[in-house]
Amino acid sequence: MRRHAVLWSVIVLAVVMLAPFVIVAMNALKSPTQYAAEGPLALPDGISLQGLADFWDRVDFGQKLLNSFVISGSVAVLAVVVSVLNAYALGIGRIRGRLWILIAFLVANTLPQEALVYPLYFLAKESGLYDTQLSVIIIFTIVQAAFGTYLLSSTFTGFPGELLEAARIDGANKWQALVRIVVPISRPTLGVLFVFFFIWTWNEFFLPLVLLISNDTQTVPVALGVLQGQRLMDATMTSASALLGVIPAIAFFLIFQHTLTRGITAGAVK
Amino acid sequence: MNRLDTLAAHATARPPDAPAAPPRPRREASYLLFLIPGAVLLLAVIVVPFVMNIGISFTQWQGVGDPKWTGLDNYTRLFADETFWASFRHNLGLVVAMAILPTIVGLVVAAALFDVIGKRFGPRAASVLRACIYLPQVLPIAVAGIVWSWILAPEGALNEFLGMVGLGSLGHNWLGDPDVALWSVMGVLLWIQIGYPVVIFMAGMQRADPSLYEAAELDGASWWGRFWHVTVPQIRPEIFVVLLTCTIAALKVFGPIYVLTRGGPGGATNVPSYFSFQNFFEKTQVGYGAAIATVLTVLILILTAVFLRVQNRGERG
Repeated sequence: MRRHAVLWSVIVLAVVMLAPFVIVAMNALKSPTQYAAEGPLALPDGISLQGLADFWDRVDFGQKLLNSFVISGSVAVLAVVVSVLNAYALGIGRIRGRLWILIAFLVANTLPQEALVYPLYFLAKESGLYDTQLSVIIIFTIVQAAFGTYLLSSTFTGFPGELLEAARIDGANKWQALVRIVVPISRPTLGVLFVFFFIWTWNEFFLPLVLLISNDTQTVPVALGVLQGQRLMDATMTSASALLGVIPAIAFFLIFQHTLTRGITAGAVK
Repeated sequence: MNRLDTLAAHATARPPDAPAAPPRPRREASYLLFLIPGAVLLLAVIVVPFVMNIGISFTQWQGVGDPKWTGLDNYTRLFADETFWASFRHNLGLVVAMAILPTIVGLVVAAALFDVIGKRFGPRAASVLRACIYLPQVLPIAVAGIVWSWILAPEGALNEFLGMVGLGSLGHNWLGDPDVALWSVMGVLLWIQIGYPVVIFMAGMQRADPSLYEAAELDGASWWGRFWHVTVPQIRPEIFVVLLTCTIAALKVFGPIYVLTRGGPGGATNVPSYFSFQNFFEKTQVGYGAAIATVLTVLILILTAVFLRVQNRGERG
């Protein structure tokens, strides 16, 4: 009996957690007239894609998706590369002062973006990078790589030395050892980092909000957040916008769920 | 790939009596080269802007023209500014909603999923329920804000639902009433956050030693006794990680405030992060904004240092 009580309480919690998604989907698929007549809780009469289509055209959502993919994809690739290079020097190369360098990266990862935002905004304007995707790509490459360096360095510390020694005897230099031995062997960890960096960058809001102001450069969360702030949308369009914001996130979640859970476990306790 | 396989095979095929030479570099400089891209980026994107921000915090500056040096003026003004203190009090509420409550609820839910549901109803049931609870974590925080600002609107789904079940009198203007707005924001953040500790704690419980549970069971310990004396001590590292990362995240909250309330109504949900943003970009009091951001940074760094120290002591003891 007790066991069933536990099961049912957790099921109720899960339903509460999912309810907002269901309500949003329901209303995004409702016609504005039905919404006006019956309110947010009525089941949709039929499937009306009007709200979604209106919203898609209004914000040029395809462009926003593309922008988000370009930014998140570039950041994920570059940040993995930079993390590997750093961790190779720190974890395997064991260069002098590595503890302090690691602490510097850890602090960089902990700093609130509020303490960087104005100088970054100012420097971006001075250098002509303001309102370009490149500015956001450069910034998040190092923000994410700071975490990646920290995680990978400790992984690399335990890297089997015999493999590197063998490569050296075969005449491989340090660069070749990195590319041929270290990277292929640590591919699973690099995959987890890639997924993390991609999703984290996709979800970023504060710095992209400040640095990307035009329609051609904005990411999905920024475009949605700005539009929400203007309070110009009706109820069905708002839920359409929320649904379009939710769908990519759920898609990533389903695609990467396995990697994610594994990665969270790996990252949680070292 | 093939060349690598050959190399790897070669490495493992070495006679076992060969000295296991550690990969000590002969010339350190060559490893240092690999650090250059990261170091340059760190300097340009983090270090220089951070130092600039501290510098700006000692000036009066509109963002254009030359900053005027004013020494500690911004800081004395800050510590006398009621809005600033209010924003920190609100932030404490967010720490409760994003760190303390999720840790407590997360422990209970993770134990229920792992201990009861996973064992009696099958691991599949546990992992499906865990996925449902974790789902809000993958949403862009701005999107979560849009979802909720729409649900919590005066004509929105929550009030409609309350009316439907006959509790219409409990309806509120959830985000527009200064007395309830902060509570509403806390509720939204709890919803966003709860999945994170559940997933981390469940992973920790898998690591825990089953023989301890058996011993506790033989001793006739109650479920609660086992939870408190076996489970919680076993996953103490996870609890520390969750408390630290969630507290820092709560101190940095910006997106939900921007989307849900813009710090309003009447500053009832203002937080330091949003307060500095307002000063930077709306009031163009850049020096003052920089001072707020600096205080926030110091607070976060102190907190990190304290947590790491406590955690190290806990591991040694």
